[in-house]
Amino acid sequence: MIGRFWKPAAAEPMPAADEETTRSLLERLDSAAQARLGRSLALLHVNGGSCGGCEMELRALRGVLYDLERFGLRFVTAPAQADVLLVTGALTRTLRVALEQAWDATPDPKWVVAVGDCAVDGGVFKGSYAILGGAGSVVPVDLTISGCPPSPLRLLSGLRALLEANARPATLRVADRRAMERRAGELRAPDDR
Amino acid sequence: MRALSIIRAAGAETCHPWPRHILRTPDWAAMVQALPEDPDLALVALWADTLQVHALFHVVGAGRIVLASVPVEAGAYPAVSPARQGAAWFERAIHDLWGHRAEGGADLRPWLDHGTWAQAAPLSARPAAAEHASEPPTFLPPVAEGLASLPVGPVTGTLDDAFHLRLGLRGETIAQAEMRLGYLHRGIPALLRGKAPRTAARFVARLAADATVAHALAFAEAAEAAMAVTVPPRAVALRRMMLECERIAVHLDDLAAIAAAVGASSVARACETPREWLLRGLEQAFGHRLMMDCVVPGGIAAAVGPAELQALRRGIGAVSAALPDLRRRLAAGACLPRLAGLGRVSSGLAAALALGGIAGRASGRRWDARMLDGFLEYAPALERAGDAAARTRLRIAEIVASLEILARSLDFVPEGEVSVALPMVSGEGVACVESARGDVWHWLRLDHGQIAAAFPRDPGWALWPALEAALSGAAAEEMLPIARSFGLVAAGVDL
Repeated sequence: MIGRFWKPAAAEPMPAADEETTRSLLERLDSAAQARLGRSLALLHVNGGSCGGCEMELRALRGVLYDLERFGLRFVTAPAQADVLLVTGALTRTLRVALEQAWDATPDPKWVVAVGDCAVDGGVFKGSYAILGGAGSVVPVDLTISGCPPSPLRLLSGLRALLEANARPATLRVADRRAMERRAGELRAPDDR
Repeated sequence: MRALSIIRAAGAETCHPWPRHILRTPDWAAMVQALPEDPDLALVALWADTLQVHALFHVVGAGRIVLASVPVEAGAYPAVSPARQGAAWFERAIHDLWGHRAEGGADLRPWLDHGTWAQAAPLSARPAAAEHASEPPTFLPPVAEGLASLPVGPVTGTLDDAFHLRLGLRGETIAQAEMRLGYLHRGIPALLRGKAPRTAARFVARLAADATVAHALAFAEAAEAAMAVTVPPRAVALRRMMLECERIAVHLDDLAAIAAAVGASSVARACETPREWLLRGLEQAFGHRLMMDCVVPGGIAAAVGPAELQALRRGIGAVSAALPDLRRRLAAGACLPRLAGLGRVSSGLAAALALGGIAGRASGRRWDARMLDGFLEYAPALERAGDAAARTRLRIAEIVASLEILARSLDFVPEGEVSVALPMVSGEGVACVESARGDVWHWLRLDHGQIAAAFPRDPGWALWPALEAALSGAAAEEMLPIARSFGLVAAGVDL
């Protein structure tokens, strides 16, 4: 009823946006966005068989004193929201599928960080019948942060390095390089790999 | 106490400080039959070696600890689970690790072994190469028609352990909850075998990080009991101080998690800050924020001088200074009223599961491993309600008690050595230490200075089944606060 009587005021006709200005703006935005908006990463913790020490220090990192979010780093709870998988633990054989599924469900570009000595190479548990020996035995690892467990400050400096690498537009980003390597790997014969 | 007299009638092997009675198979079966008449005889742990299955019983009121063993005949032994519900997970783990069958057991599904290991029964005399393909874990059938099944885990993204929880929902209510653990199994009992206690301590310290001091201490005390070694008084005092510091740090961490689960972020912040100052003090005092590898068999790993003690004093002082603010926020806010009535554990269930620690004492079970020590006259705080609020209040009470213990001990640390050399002898020992989550037990047998067999009993063996029971009937949205109020860690149970 109301719609029938209500007429919008005649709007001023708009000129088309200037083609040249748009292009130059887009170029500037592209480089700035990579540097500014690129400084944000969503982290998903995947427990690969940890004693809980790395989790304690990650919780401290999330807490009020280290306040991870001021660096643009935040924890998420689902692989679909994640940019980075933080894998802890020696990677037990039983958790292999869980890590693979989390990795598959994380959209590209993605990074894997092995957190703690166990996740780097199995740590003290090397040689056990129940472990595979670190995140790298199943998924490609981009960054390792050693320590048993790594302190919050050490975790922070590692994650900030990842952030800086991600935000730098000039260099080839880690994930892009990975994707290229993967494609190159697929092109090669299977027994080459 | 018929079951107890059956155990005591059997001959015993030397195990320090409590002898281990060896029962013939018919006597063991008779003991199991008599157990329902002895509700006070709590089953703390059930484990095995290649030849025998061992049980550890505890009569809380009398402070009596009894060890019993039965030989494994034709790969089987009479099950304990028909008489003690807490035995079921142990029996499943014994089958997965040693291959011994629990004859007449209540639940015979695999537990730690999810069909992924390279070996079947890795702790048996002759482990076979695993032939089974990986199979998804099987769950109990639904208790009623029309339940919606909700799986949680193993990847939760909550900076926690990996576990799997299968909920059966009727509308918004949890009608059924079943845990599946074993994801974090790293094969620690196998890694301990054949090693000297000092070497093995590195694995023990990584059973569960929130109880690294408690596990390392119980293991060290069991080894020292087996070797009849006396630790220097300075090491004894510093170990006990580390244990109390660990308790404060874990309670603060748990309180922060509970507060966050009910949206009380200011309480969470009031816990996180003093905890961090304490951990920094601990790093300066003992060289590690969580005090991992600081307790070793024979003493402690590194000497602690006046400067280190001063750093420790500062860390503890930061917690003392922050405590009034934390208590005020907790008393004034909606945190405790919100937790009232959630996740109730009855005193009967607590006794049946041998539930220790905060969770046991919140249900009126008067048991704290520190009561065993001659070191201090300890009267633990008790609650009766058995709900999440009671467990939260007890954590605050225990932080206060631990701070008092530390304040008393800091000025009276004896002088002298902090460790002794260990002899290469044979023997058997068992020891118990109170961690932040409850009583940690370690048993081991040494053969000329090397570990022939060992088993750590983490408090999680009782806590997780208690959570299962407490979740039944709760609203689905209360799951997180209820789980947080138990302070659960799976790593210690998963071995």
